[in-house]
Amino acid sequence: MTQTPEQSVRKVSVQCTLNGQPTEFLAAPYLSLLEVLRETLGLTGTKEGCNDGNCGACTVNVDGRIVDSCLMLGAEAEGKTIETIEGVAPAGGLHPLQQAFLEEAALQCGICTPGFLVSAKALLEREPDADEPRIRLWLAGNLCRCTGYDKIIRAVEKARDEMK
Amino acid sequence: MHPYQYIPATNITEAVSLLARYGPRARVMAGGTDLLVQLRGERYELDAVVDAKAIPELMALTLAKDGALSIGAAVPCYQVYEDEAIVAAFPGIIDAASLIGGIQVQSRASLGGNLCNATPSADGICPLIVHSGVVTLTGVGGTRTMLVEEFTTGPGRNALAHGEMLVKIDLPKPAAHFGAAYQRFIPRNEMDIAVAGVASAVTLDASGQKIESARIALASVGPTPIFAKKASDFLAGQPATEETYAKAGEVASTEATPISDMRGTIEQRHHLVGVLTRRTLAQAVQRARGNS
Ligand SMILES: Cc1cc2nc3c(=O)[nH]c(=O)nc-3n(C[C@H](O)[C@H](O)[C@H](O)COP(=O)(O)OP(=O)(O)OC[C@H]3O[C@@H](n4cnc5c(N)ncnc54)[C@H](O)[C@@H]3O)c2cc1C
Ligand code: FES
Ligand code: FES
Repeated sequence: MTQTPEQSVRKVSVQCTLNGQPTEFLAAPYLSLLEVLRETLGLTGTKEGCNDGNCGACTVNVDGRIVDSCLMLGAEAEGKTIETIEGVAPAGGLHPLQQAFLEEAALQCGICTPGFLVSAKALLEREPDADEPRIRLWLAGNLCRCTGYDKIIRAVEKARDEMK
Repeated sequence: MHPYQYIPATNITEAVSLLARYGPRARVMAGGTDLLVQLRGERYELDAVVDAKAIPELMALTLAKDGALSIGAAVPCYQVYEDEAIVAAFPGIIDAASLIGGIQVQSRASLGGNLCNATPSADGICPLIVHSGVVTLTGVGGTRTMLVEEFTTGPGRNALAHGEMLVKIDLPKPAAHFGAAYQRFIPRNEMDIAVAGVASAVTLDASGQKIESARIALASVGPTPIFAKKASDFLAGQPATEETYAKAGEVASTEATPISDMRGTIEQRHHLVGVLTRRTLAQAVQRARGNS
Protein backbone atom coordinates (compact mmCIF):
# COMPACT_ATOMS: atom_id res chain seq x y z
CA MET A 1 0.00 0.00 0.00
CA THR A 2 1.43 3.38 -0.90
CA GLN A 3 1.66 5.92 1.83
CA THR A 4 0.53 9.48 1.37
CA PRO A 5 3.31 11.95 2.17
CA GLU A 6 1.32 13.18 5.17
CA GLN A 7 1.45 9.70 6.69
CA SER A 8 5.17 9.30 6.16
CA VAL A 9 6.07 12.46 8.09
CA ARG A 10 5.50 12.00 11.80
CA LYS A 11 4.46 14.75 14.14
CA VAL A 12 7.15 16.02 16.45
CA SER A 13 6.78 16.70 20.14
CA VAL A 14 8.13 20.08 21.22
CA GLN A 15 8.73 21.52 24.67
CA CYS A 16 9.22 25.23 25.15
CA THR A 17 8.39 28.07 27.50
CA LEU A 18 5.53 30.08 26.06
CA ASN A 19 4.53 33.36 27.72
CA GLY A 20 6.15 32.18 30.93
CA GLN A 21 4.44 28.77 30.97
CA PRO A 22 6.13 25.44 30.27
CA THR A 23 4.34 24.27 27.13
CA GLU A 24 4.35 21.04 25.16
CA PHE A 25 2.79 20.53 21.76
CA LEU A 26 2.64 17.95 19.00
CA ALA A 27 2.78 19.30 15.46
CA ALA A 28 3.68 18.33 11.91
CA PRO A 29 7.35 19.31 11.41
CA TYR A 30 6.72 21.50 8.39
CA LEU A 31 4.25 23.82 10.16
CA SER A 32 5.50 27.32 10.84
CA LEU A 33 5.62 28.61 14.39
CA LEU A 34 2.83 30.98 13.31
CA GLU A 35 0.62 28.05 12.29
CA VAL A 36 1.40 26.21 15.50
CA LEU A 37 0.62 29.24 17.65
CA ARG A 38 -2.66 30.01 15.92
CA GLU A 39 -3.94 26.57 14.98
CA THR A 40 -2.37 24.06 17.35
CA LEU A 41 -2.23 26.25 20.46
CA GLY A 42 -5.17 28.55 19.77
CA LEU A 43 -3.16 31.73 20.37
CA THR A 44 -4.67 33.87 17.63
CA GLY A 45 -3.24 37.19 18.81
CA THR A 46 -0.26 36.71 16.49
CA LYS A 47 -1.44 37.68 13.00
CA GLU A 48 -0.67 36.49 9.50
CA GLY A 49 -0.22 39.28 6.98
CA CYS A 50 2.02 38.12 4.14
CA ASN A 51 3.29 34.70 5.28
CA ASP A 52 6.68 35.46 3.67
CA GLY A 53 8.64 37.61 6.10
CA ASN A 54 7.79 41.04 4.75
CA CYS A 55 5.08 42.47 7.01
CA GLY A 56 6.03 41.62 10.59
CA ALA A 57 2.40 41.02 11.67
CA CYS A 58 3.52 37.61 12.94
CA THR A 59 6.42 38.96 15.07
CA VAL A 60 7.13 37.04 18.26
CA ASN A 61 10.04 37.15 20.69
CA VAL A 62 12.26 34.05 20.75
CA ASP A 63 15.02 33.94 23.36
CA GLY A 64 15.07 37.73 23.51
CA ARG A 65 15.18 38.34 19.74
CA ILE A 66 12.23 39.29 17.57
CA VAL A 67 11.53 36.95 14.65
CA ASP A 68 8.80 36.55 12.05
CA SER A 69 6.98 33.43 13.25
CA CYS A 70 5.98 32.66 9.64
CA LEU A 71 9.71 32.21 8.86
CA MET A 72 10.45 29.76 11.66
CA LEU A 73 9.25 26.19 12.04
CA GLY A 74 7.25 25.25 15.11
CA ALA A 75 9.65 22.33 15.54
CA GLU A 76 12.47 24.84 16.03
CA ALA A 77 10.80 26.07 19.22
CA GLU A 78 12.23 23.11 21.15
CA GLY A 79 13.92 24.44 24.30
CA LYS A 80 13.21 28.06 23.42
CA THR A 81 11.57 30.81 25.47
CA ILE A 82 8.85 32.47 23.41
CA GLU A 83 6.73 35.51 24.06
CA THR A 84 3.71 36.39 21.92
CA ILE A 85 1.34 39.33 22.15
CA GLU A 86 -0.67 37.31 24.69
CA GLY A 87 2.31 37.59 27.05
CA VAL A 88 2.80 41.35 26.74
CA ALA A 89 0.20 42.70 29.19
CA PRO A 90 0.81 42.25 32.92
CA ALA A 91 -2.00 40.49 34.84
CA GLY A 92 -5.08 42.69 35.06
CA GLY A 93 -3.63 45.63 33.14
CA LEU A 94 -2.05 46.88 29.95
CA HIS A 95 1.60 47.27 29.05
CA PRO A 96 2.61 50.98 28.74
CA LEU A 97 2.97 50.40 24.99
CA GLN A 98 -0.57 49.08 24.72
CA GLN A 99 -1.87 52.04 26.75
CA ALA A 100 0.05 54.48 24.56
CA PHE A 101 -1.22 52.85 21.34
CA LEU A 102 -4.77 53.39 22.61
CA GLU A 103 -4.19 56.98 23.68
CA GLU A 104 -2.37 57.94 20.49
CA ALA A 105 -4.85 56.07 18.24
CA ALA A 106 -1.91 54.13 16.80
CA LEU A 107 -4.15 51.51 15.21
CA GLN A 108 -7.06 51.32 12.85
CA CYS A 109 -7.80 47.81 11.53
CA GLY A 110 -5.39 46.40 14.10
CA ILE A 111 -3.90 43.55 12.06
CA CYS A 112 -0.39 44.96 12.38
CA THR A 113 -0.73 45.95 16.05
CA PRO A 114 0.39 42.76 17.84
CA GLY A 115 3.53 42.68 15.69
CA PHE A 116 4.32 46.34 16.34
CA LEU A 117 3.82 45.87 20.08
CA VAL A 118 6.06 42.80 20.31
CA SER A 119 8.75 44.54 18.22
CA ALA A 120 8.59 47.83 20.10
CA LYS A 121 8.67 46.09 23.48
CA ALA A 122 11.88 44.28 22.52
CA LEU A 123 13.42 47.59 21.42
CA LEU A 124 12.53 49.48 24.61
CA GLU A 125 13.79 46.61 26.77
CA ARG A 126 17.15 46.71 24.99
CA GLU A 127 17.40 50.42 24.35
CA PRO A 128 15.24 52.41 26.81
CA ASP A 129 16.49 55.69 25.25
CA ALA A 130 15.82 54.79 21.60
CA ASP A 131 15.24 58.02 19.63
CA GLU A 132 12.83 58.50 16.74
CA PRO A 133 15.18 57.47 13.90
CA ARG A 134 16.15 54.38 15.88
CA ILE A 135 12.50 53.50 16.51
CA ARG A 136 11.68 53.94 12.82
CA LEU A 137 14.62 51.78 11.74
CA TRP A 138 13.83 49.06 14.31
CA LEU A 139 10.21 48.95 13.13
CA ALA A 140 11.09 48.85 9.41
CA GLY A 141 10.21 45.15 9.39
CA ASN A 142 6.65 45.92 10.52
CA LEU A 143 4.24 47.22 7.90
CA CYS A 144 0.99 49.11 8.50
CA ARG A 145 -1.45 49.89 5.70
CA CYS A 146 -3.71 52.13 7.79
CA THR A 147 -2.03 54.59 10.15
CA GLY A 148 0.75 56.11 8.10
CA TYR A 149 3.19 55.19 10.91
CA ASP A 150 3.47 58.60 12.60
CA LYS A 151 0.93 57.72 15.28
CA ILE A 152 2.71 54.44 15.94
CA ILE A 153 6.04 56.22 16.35
CA ARG A 154 4.47 58.79 18.69
CA ALA A 155 2.92 56.02 20.78
CA VAL A 156 6.25 54.23 21.12
CA GLU A 157 7.94 57.49 22.14
CA LYS A 158 5.22 58.11 24.72
CA ALA A 159 5.58 54.61 26.18
CA ARG A 160 9.36 55.03 26.21
CA ASP A 161 9.04 58.23 28.25
CA GLU A 162 6.51 56.67 30.61
CA MET A 163 8.64 53.57 31.21
CA LYS A 164 11.58 55.61 32.48
CA MET B 1 3.08 22.12 0.10
CA HIS B 2 4.84 18.76 0.16
CA PRO B 3 5.31 17.61 3.78
CA TYR B 4 8.89 17.34 4.95
CA GLN B 5 10.74 16.20 8.01
CA TYR B 6 12.68 18.56 10.24
CA ILE B 7 16.04 17.13 11.30
CA PRO B 8 18.25 19.19 13.60
CA ALA B 9 21.79 17.94 12.98
CA THR B 10 24.26 18.22 15.83
CA ASN B 11 27.48 17.72 13.88
CA ILE B 12 28.82 18.02 10.34
CA THR B 13 29.21 14.27 9.79
CA GLU B 14 25.55 13.69 10.60
CA ALA B 15 24.45 16.60 8.39
CA VAL B 16 26.45 15.59 5.31
CA SER B 17 25.42 11.94 5.58
CA LEU B 18 21.79 13.08 5.63
CA LEU B 19 22.46 15.25 2.57
CA ALA B 20 24.16 12.34 0.81
CA ARG B 21 21.30 9.99 1.68
CA TYR B 22 18.47 12.30 0.60
CA GLY B 23 20.27 13.90 -2.36
CA PRO B 24 18.28 16.79 -3.82
CA ARG B 25 15.32 15.86 -1.56
CA ALA B 26 17.03 17.50 1.45
CA ARG B 27 18.52 20.93 2.02
CA VAL B 28 20.35 22.65 4.82
CA MET B 29 18.48 25.31 6.76
CA ALA B 30 20.34 28.12 8.47
CA GLY B 31 17.94 31.01 9.18
CA GLY B 32 15.30 29.69 6.79
CA THR B 33 14.49 33.21 5.54
CA ASP B 34 14.98 32.10 1.95
CA LEU B 35 14.38 28.37 2.34
CA LEU B 36 10.99 28.48 4.07
CA VAL B 37 9.69 31.10 1.63
CA GLN B 38 10.84 28.99 -1.33
CA LEU B 39 9.30 25.80 0.08
CA ARG B 40 6.01 27.55 0.71
CA GLY B 41 6.11 29.01 -2.79
CA GLU B 42 6.67 25.46 -4.13
CA ARG B 43 9.87 26.42 -5.91
CA TYR B 44 10.94 22.84 -5.11
CA GLU B 45 9.91 19.90 -2.92
CA LEU B 46 11.92 18.45 -0.08
CA ASP B 47 11.55 15.37 2.09
CA ALA B 48 13.85 16.73 4.80
CA VAL B 49 15.11 20.05 6.09
CA VAL B 50 18.43 19.68 7.92
CA ASP B 51 18.74 22.41 10.54
CA ALA B 52 22.37 23.51 10.87
CA LYS B 53 21.95 25.78 13.89
CA ALA B 54 22.95 23.13 16.42
CA ILE B 55 26.27 22.38 14.66
CA PRO B 56 29.02 24.16 16.62
CA GLU B 57 31.30 24.89 13.63
CA LEU B 58 28.44 26.49 11.71
CA MET B 59 27.53 28.74 14.64
CA ALA B 60 31.11 29.80 15.46
CA LEU B 61 32.07 33.43 14.93
CA THR B 62 35.69 34.16 15.72
CA LEU B 63 37.89 37.17 15.29
CA ALA B 64 41.34 35.62 15.73
CA LYS B 65 44.14 37.35 17.63
CA ASP B 66 45.95 37.82 14.31
CA GLY B 67 42.91 39.73 12.97
CA ALA B 68 41.39 37.09 10.65
CA LEU B 69 37.62 36.64 10.81
CA SER B 70 35.88 33.28 10.57
CA ILE B 71 32.11 33.32 10.07
CA GLY B 72 30.28 30.03 10.64
CA ALA B 73 27.85 29.40 7.79
CA ALA B 74 24.72 29.64 9.98
CA VAL B 75 25.68 32.61 12.21
CA PRO B 76 22.79 35.10 12.11
CA CYS B 77 23.53 38.63 10.89
CA TYR B 78 22.82 40.28 14.24
CA GLN B 79 25.63 38.38 15.93
CA VAL B 80 28.05 39.81 13.38
CA TYR B 81 26.93 43.44 13.72
CA GLU B 82 26.52 43.33 17.50
CA ASP B 83 30.17 42.31 17.97
CA GLU B 84 32.03 45.59 18.54
CA ALA B 85 35.44 44.22 17.59
CA ILE B 86 34.08 42.95 14.26
CA VAL B 87 32.27 46.25 13.64
CA ALA B 88 35.56 48.10 14.10
CA ALA B 89 37.68 45.76 11.97
CA PHE B 90 35.22 44.75 9.19
CA PRO B 91 32.86 47.67 8.52
CA GLY B 92 32.38 46.53 4.90
CA ILE B 93 30.84 43.27 6.14
CA ILE B 94 28.72 45.15 8.66
CA ASP B 95 27.31 47.32 5.83
CA ALA B 96 25.73 44.16 4.41
CA ALA B 97 24.85 42.29 7.62
CA SER B 98 22.88 45.27 8.89
CA LEU B 99 20.84 45.82 5.73
CA ILE B 100 19.65 42.29 4.94
CA GLY B 101 15.91 42.49 5.75
CA GLY B 102 14.68 44.13 8.94
CA ILE B 103 15.46 43.31 12.56
CA GLN B 104 13.24 40.19 12.52
CA VAL B 105 15.02 38.78 9.45
CA GLN B 106 18.46 39.66 10.86
CA SER B 107 17.68 37.60 13.96
CA ARG B 108 17.80 34.52 11.73
CA ALA B 109 19.34 35.26 8.32
CA SER B 110 22.97 34.23 7.89
CA LEU B 111 25.69 35.36 5.48
CA GLY B 112 26.23 31.66 4.70
CA GLY B 113 22.58 31.30 3.67
CA ASN B 114 22.83 34.48 1.61
CA LEU B 115 25.85 33.03 -0.18
CA CYS B 116 24.38 29.53 -0.73
CA ASN B 117 21.11 30.99 -1.95
CA ALA B 118 23.26 32.69 -4.60
CA THR B 119 20.89 35.32 -5.95
CA PRO B 120 22.71 37.92 -8.06
CA SER B 121 21.15 40.63 -5.86
CA ALA B 122 22.38 39.14 -2.56
CA ASP B 123 23.83 41.92 -0.43
CA GLY B 124 26.19 39.71 1.57
CA ILE B 125 28.26 38.20 -1.22
CA CYS B 126 30.11 41.19 -2.74
CA PRO B 127 31.57 42.36 0.59
CA LEU B 128 32.87 38.82 1.18
CA ILE B 129 34.45 38.84 -2.30
CA VAL B 130 36.31 42.14 -1.81
CA HIS B 131 37.59 40.87 1.54
CA SER B 132 39.13 37.92 -0.39
CA GLY B 133 36.85 35.53 1.48
CA VAL B 134 37.43 31.78 1.27
CA VAL B 135 34.65 29.23 1.75
CA THR B 136 35.10 25.82 3.36
CA LEU B 137 32.87 23.09 1.93
CA THR B 138 32.57 19.68 3.56
CA GLY B 139 30.95 16.54 2.17
CA VAL B 140 31.10 12.84 2.96
CA GLY B 141 34.24 12.65 0.81
CA GLY B 142 36.17 15.39 2.61
CA THR B 143 36.73 19.12 2.73
CA ARG B 144 37.77 21.65 0.10
CA THR B 145 38.13 25.41 -0.06
CA MET B 146 37.62 28.03 -2.77
CA LEU B 147 37.35 31.78 -3.21
CA VAL B 148 33.90 33.26 -2.63
CA GLU B 149 33.78 34.58 -6.23
CA GLU B 150 34.22 31.01 -7.52
CA PHE B 151 31.39 29.69 -5.34
CA THR B 152 28.39 31.24 -7.09
CA THR B 153 27.88 29.74 -10.54
CA GLY B 154 24.52 31.14 -11.70
CA PRO B 155 21.25 32.56 -10.41
CA GLY B 156 20.44 30.37 -7.39
CA ARG B 157 23.29 28.01 -8.23
CA ASN B 158 26.52 27.35 -6.36
CA ALA B 159 29.54 25.08 -6.40
CA LEU B 160 28.25 22.68 -3.72
CA ALA B 161 28.29 19.07 -4.91
CA HIS B 162 25.64 16.58 -3.78
CA GLY B 163 26.08 15.81 -0.12
CA GLU B 164 28.23 18.88 0.49
CA MET B 165 27.56 21.80 2.81
CA LEU B 166 29.09 25.19 3.47
CA VAL B 167 30.83 25.16 6.83
CA LYS B 168 32.34 28.64 7.15
CA ILE B 169 33.66 31.70 5.40
CA ASP B 170 37.16 32.88 6.30
CA LEU B 171 38.31 36.45 5.77
CA PRO B 172 42.03 37.13 6.03
CA LYS B 173 43.35 39.80 8.39
CA PRO B 174 42.86 43.17 6.67
CA ALA B 175 46.22 44.71 5.69
CA ALA B 176 47.35 47.98 7.24
CA HIS B 177 45.61 50.89 5.47
CA PHE B 178 42.81 48.60 4.26
CA GLY B 179 39.23 49.78 4.00
CA ALA B 180 36.04 48.34 2.51
CA ALA B 181 32.44 49.44 1.97
CA TYR B 182 29.21 48.15 0.43
CA GLN B 183 26.28 50.20 -0.83
CA ARG B 184 23.21 49.27 -2.82
CA PHE B 185 20.50 51.20 -4.61
CA ILE B 186 16.90 50.42 -3.67
CA PRO B 187 13.78 52.49 -4.33
CA ARG B 188 12.85 52.52 -0.60
CA ASN B 189 14.95 53.22 2.48
CA GLU B 190 14.70 49.74 4.00
CA MET B 191 13.66 46.19 3.21
CA ASP B 192 14.02 45.90 -0.55
CA ILE B 193 16.01 44.02 -3.17
CA ALA B 194 19.02 45.78 -4.69
CA VAL B 195 18.60 47.23 -8.19
CA ALA B 196 22.40 47.33 -8.12
CA GLY B 197 25.04 47.06 -5.40
CA VAL B 198 28.80 47.60 -5.26
CA ALA B 199 31.42 46.56 -2.72
CA SER B 200 34.85 48.18 -2.84
CA ALA B 201 38.01 47.43 -0.90
CA VAL B 202 41.29 49.33 -1.09
CA THR B 203 44.72 49.02 0.42
CA LEU B 204 46.53 52.37 0.52
CA ASP B 205 50.24 53.10 0.80
CA ALA B 206 51.60 54.43 4.09
CA SER B 207 50.93 58.04 3.06
CA GLY B 208 47.25 57.24 2.54
CA GLN B 209 47.32 59.01 -0.84
CA LYS B 210 47.95 56.14 -3.25
CA ILE B 211 45.95 52.98 -3.87
CA GLU B 212 48.25 49.96 -3.79
CA SER B 213 45.57 47.41 -4.57
CA ALA B 214 41.81 47.24 -4.78
CA ARG B 215 38.97 44.78 -5.20
CA ILE B 216 35.54 45.71 -6.59
CA ALA B 217 32.48 43.43 -6.75
CA LEU B 218 29.08 44.09 -8.31
CA ALA B 219 25.64 42.87 -7.19
CA SER B 220 22.43 42.52 -9.17
CA VAL B 221 24.01 43.32 -12.53
CA GLY B 222 24.72 39.82 -13.88
CA PRO B 223 23.81 36.15 -13.39
CA THR B 224 26.03 36.01 -10.29
CA PRO B 225 27.72 38.60 -8.10
CA ILE B 226 30.65 39.75 -10.28
CA PHE B 227 34.27 40.25 -9.24
CA ALA B 228 35.16 43.32 -11.36
CA LYS B 229 38.72 42.38 -12.25
CA LYS B 230 39.40 45.14 -14.76
CA ALA B 231 38.31 47.91 -12.41
CA SER B 232 40.24 46.29 -9.58
CA ASP B 233 43.42 46.04 -11.68
CA PHE B 234 42.99 49.58 -13.00
CA LEU B 235 43.05 50.99 -9.46
CA ALA B 236 46.46 49.57 -8.51
CA GLY B 237 48.97 52.42 -8.35
CA GLN B 238 46.38 55.18 -8.87
CA PRO B 239 46.11 58.26 -6.64
CA ALA B 240 43.19 58.07 -4.16
CA THR B 241 41.17 60.88 -5.75
CA GLU B 242 37.60 61.45 -6.93
CA GLU B 243 38.88 61.39 -10.51
CA THR B 244 40.28 57.90 -10.01
CA TYR B 245 37.04 56.68 -8.41
CA ALA B 246 35.01 58.04 -11.35
CA LYS B 247 37.29 56.31 -13.88
CA ALA B 248 37.09 53.05 -11.93
CA GLY B 249 33.31 53.42 -12.01
CA GLU B 250 33.40 53.67 -15.80
CA VAL B 251 35.53 50.54 -16.04
CA ALA B 252 33.35 48.63 -13.56
CA SER B 253 30.29 49.61 -15.55
CA THR B 254 31.74 47.80 -18.60
CA GLU B 255 32.09 44.63 -16.51
CA ALA B 256 28.40 44.59 -15.56
CA THR B 257 26.10 42.40 -17.68
CA PRO B 258 22.70 43.47 -16.36
CA ILE B 259 19.23 42.65 -17.60
CA SER B 260 16.14 44.84 -17.56
CA ASP B 261 13.42 43.71 -15.18
CA MET B 262 10.69 45.14 -12.95
CA ARG B 263 13.32 46.67 -10.67
CA GLY B 264 15.43 48.51 -13.22
CA THR B 265 16.65 48.79 -16.78
CA ILE B 266 20.00 47.85 -18.30
CA GLU B 267 20.91 51.54 -18.74
CA GLN B 268 19.97 52.43 -15.16
CA ARG B 269 22.00 49.54 -13.79
CA HIS B 270 25.12 50.46 -15.79
CA HIS B 271 24.74 54.01 -14.50
CA LEU B 272 24.26 52.82 -10.90
CA VAL B 273 27.41 50.69 -11.04
CA GLY B 274 29.37 53.82 -11.93
CA VAL B 275 27.83 55.90 -9.15
CA LEU B 276 28.07 53.20 -6.47
CA THR B 277 31.66 52.32 -7.40
CA ARG B 278 32.61 55.97 -6.97
CA ARG B 279 30.82 56.27 -3.63
CA THR B 280 32.02 52.99 -2.14
CA LEU B 281 35.61 53.71 -3.20
CA ALA B 282 35.47 57.10 -1.48
CA GLN B 283 34.06 55.47 1.66
CA ALA B 284 36.56 52.59 1.57
CA VAL B 285 39.45 55.08 1.25
CA GLN B 286 38.11 57.07 4.20
CA ARG B 287 37.94 53.92 6.27
CA ALA B 288 41.43 52.87 5.12
CA ARG B 289 42.85 56.23 6.25
CA GLY B 290 41.32 55.74 9.69
CA ASN B 291 42.79 52.26 9.83
CA SER B 292 46.56 52.81 10.05
C1 LIG C 1 11.62 40.13 4.35
C2 LIG C 1 12.92 39.69 3.78
C3 LIG C 1 13.87 40.64 3.43
C4 LIG C 1 15.08 40.26 2.86
N1 LIG C 1 15.99 41.22 2.55
C5 LIG C 1 17.16 40.88 1.98
C6 LIG C 1 18.12 41.88 1.64
O1 LIG C 1 17.91 43.07 1.87
N2 LIG C 1 19.27 41.49 1.05
C7 LIG C 1 19.54 40.19 0.78
O2 LIG C 1 20.59 39.89 0.25
N3 LIG C 1 18.66 39.20 1.11
C8 LIG C 1 17.48 39.53 1.70
N4 LIG C 1 16.57 38.55 2.03
C9 LIG C 1 16.85 37.15 1.70
C10 LIG C 1 17.44 36.32 2.86
O3 LIG C 1 17.03 36.82 4.10
C11 LIG C 1 18.96 36.29 2.80
O4 LIG C 1 19.40 35.74 1.59
C12 LIG C 1 19.56 35.50 3.99
O5 LIG C 1 20.91 35.87 4.14
C13 LIG C 1 19.46 34.00 3.84
O6 LIG C 1 20.07 33.40 4.96
P1 LIG C 1 19.36 32.23 5.77
O7 LIG C 1 20.29 31.88 6.86
O8 LIG C 1 17.99 32.60 6.18
O9 LIG C 1 19.32 31.10 4.65
P2 LIG C 1 18.36 29.84 4.48
O10 LIG C 1 17.02 30.27 4.05
O11 LIG C 1 18.44 28.96 5.67
O12 LIG C 1 19.11 29.12 3.26
C14 LIG C 1 19.16 29.69 1.98
C15 LIG C 1 19.62 28.64 0.96
O13 LIG C 1 20.96 28.26 1.22
C16 LIG C 1 21.04 26.89 1.56
N5 LIG C 1 21.97 26.80 2.69
C17 LIG C 1 21.94 27.53 3.82
N6 LIG C 1 22.99 27.24 4.61
C18 LIG C 1 23.69 26.28 3.96
C19 LIG C 1 24.89 25.57 4.26
N7 LIG C 1 25.58 25.78 5.39
N8 LIG C 1 25.34 24.65 3.36
C20 LIG C 1 24.65 24.43 2.21
N9 LIG C 1 23.51 25.08 1.86
C21 LIG C 1 23.04 25.99 2.73
C22 LIG C 1 19.64 26.46 1.92
O14 LIG C 1 19.44 25.07 1.67
C23 LIG C 1 18.82 27.33 1.00
O15 LIG C 1 18.79 26.78 -0.29
C24 LIG C 1 15.35 38.90 2.62
C25 LIG C 1 14.40 37.94 2.99
C26 LIG C 1 13.20 38.31 3.56
C27 LIG C 1 12.20 37.27 3.94
S1 FES D 1 3.08 37.11 8.18
FE1 FES D 1 5.09 36.83 8.83
S2 FES D 1 6.07 38.58 8.13
FE2 FES D 1 4.10 38.78 7.27
S1 FES E 1 -3.77 49.41 11.64
FE1 FES E 1 -4.34 48.42 9.81
S2 FES E 1 -2.44 47.65 9.10
FE2 FES E 1 -1.86 48.84 10.77
